Amino acid sequence: MAVERLVVVDRTAFLRRPDYRAVRVLALLGLVLAWELVTRTGWVSSLFLPSPSGVLAEGLDMVRSGQLFVHLLRSLERLAWGFGIGALAGVGVGVGVGFFALADAVVQPIIAATFPIPKIALLPLLILWLGIGEASKVAVVALGVFFPMAINTYAGVRQADPLLIRAAVSFGAGRWSLIRKVILPSALPMVFAGLKLGAGIALLLLVAAEQIAADAGIGFLILQSGNLMETTRLMVGIVVLSLLGVASYWALGALERAVIRWRHT
Amino acid sequence: MQVVIERVAKTFHDRRGRDVVALGQVDFAVESREFVALLGPSGCGKSTLLGIIAGLLPASAGRVYFEGEPRPGRAPVTATVFQEFALFPWRTVRANVEFGLEELGISGLERAERARHYLDMTGLGGFEGKYPHQLSGGMRQRVGIARALAVEPAVLLLDEPFSALDAQTRTLMMDELLAIWERTRQTILYVTHNIQEAVFMADRVIVLSRRPGEVLEIVPIKLPRPRRESQQGDPVFVQTADRIWGLIKSQAQAALLDDEIVAERGP
Repeated sequence: MAVERLVVVDRTAFLRRPDYRAVRVLALLGLVLAWELVTRTGWVSSLFLPSPSGVLAEGLDMVRSGQLFVHLLRSLERLAWGFGIGALAGVGVGVGVGFFALADAVVQPIIAATFPIPKIALLPLLILWLGIGEASKVAVVALGVFFPMAINTYAGVRQADPLLIRAAVSFGAGRWSLIRKVILPSALPMVFAGLKLGAGIALLLLVAAEQIAADAGIGFLILQSGNLMETTRLMVGIVVLSLLGVASYWALGALERAVIRWRHT
Repeated sequence: MQVVIERVAKTFHDRRGRDVVALGQVDFAVESREFVALLGPSGCGKSTLLGIIAGLLPASAGRVYFEGEPRPGRAPVTATVFQEFALFPWRTVRANVEFGLEELGISGLERAERARHYLDMTGLGGFEGKYPHQLSGGMRQRVGIARALAVEPAVLLLDEPFSALDAQTRTLMMDELLAIWERTRQTILYVTHNIQEAVFMADRVIVLSRRPGEVLEIVPIKLPRPRRESQQGDPVFVQTADRIWGLIKSQAQAALLDDEIVAERGP
């Protein structure tokens, strides 16, 4: 009698997801290279799309003359204030509303009504209230950051493990002790998710505000360059924005890893 | 100091507004330095009772009080060891053990000293700096026990502390808890649904009936101390365990059917 032998094979092979680290780098390099080629061959006029090397040269020029720093510094200053104020207020309100039922009843409907307003629409009003100076731009950024922070923190507080809350109370924790030692650490991962979300929104609102009413800043630089048909300078501004976004995301990730040391993995 | 549970009853209101009587009327006392086990079938309200004693749940009727010579300078406290450990994941082992001491307002130096003492007692020396997720289940529950012992409570409440552990670890942990009790004679109220566990460890076993939970009988365990695992073959051990099983067998069967009906009706 013939004997048949059937070997079992791993049927999950097609589910594997390798990292493809080299591909990640190559994809980005490829894009820049293709862009350079398209502009070098004169396929696209450099008036509409300057070459990457041209943008780099212009950027270095602007660094040397100090122009870039003037704009970058003004933008960073507005970002820092707006982001800081919005984030702090958001965490405070989120914890308060998440923990105290009365605060929840009062604030929740107000947030629900104001959250959907596109914050940039408030800029004219904020300029009327706070003047054309820095305050109105900082305020619009702060408002934009406040909502995702408050909503995320609130969700984080509500998700705190009831068992840990019971344990803390059973060992004598009062209201403030509980908030500080259990609620806040429980909410931290959500707070960081809010910070990352808020960073993107802050950048968006900052540029929009600077294009409406400012005499310096990256947003102003882009708008002015556009008006003067200085496309290379315009592209420098855009690249700087992209770098700012990447840098803030990376910095927040590093901060998160440093603060939340107890995470698994 | 003894803990008196006086005519404690608990009624819950379910979502449809019906009353569910979890505890009928429960009366007993835990004497100072005594090891008492609270035993009952599932759903007899033993965890509810423990919650009431810990002050985590209001009783519908009756009261719980401490009676005896007060310890100078401090109110009597309870401390709970939870079935699911309930360790703070963001705190190291040492910081978890110090939690209750912080809430008692004990200074940093004394805190560190007391934590050190109880960490050593529970075999956690060398693990102070670890986070809970880095520990095995047995080690985590040691942290839970050390955290509770550290506040030196008037009564230590253990809510099925080893039922989340595998069988071998559970046996070892029971031995260690008994050894700690022999050294400290800490008053203990130990909730379990495991008859062997209760008879092996306790001075007295309080047998609760099925919902509404009431005291069926209080069974004194006449086994000499210190207890050894080999005593589980002792005729006294076997007879006592059999007698308690006889008390709750019909109750457990009824509870089983009851649970099935509830499950059928479930959402």
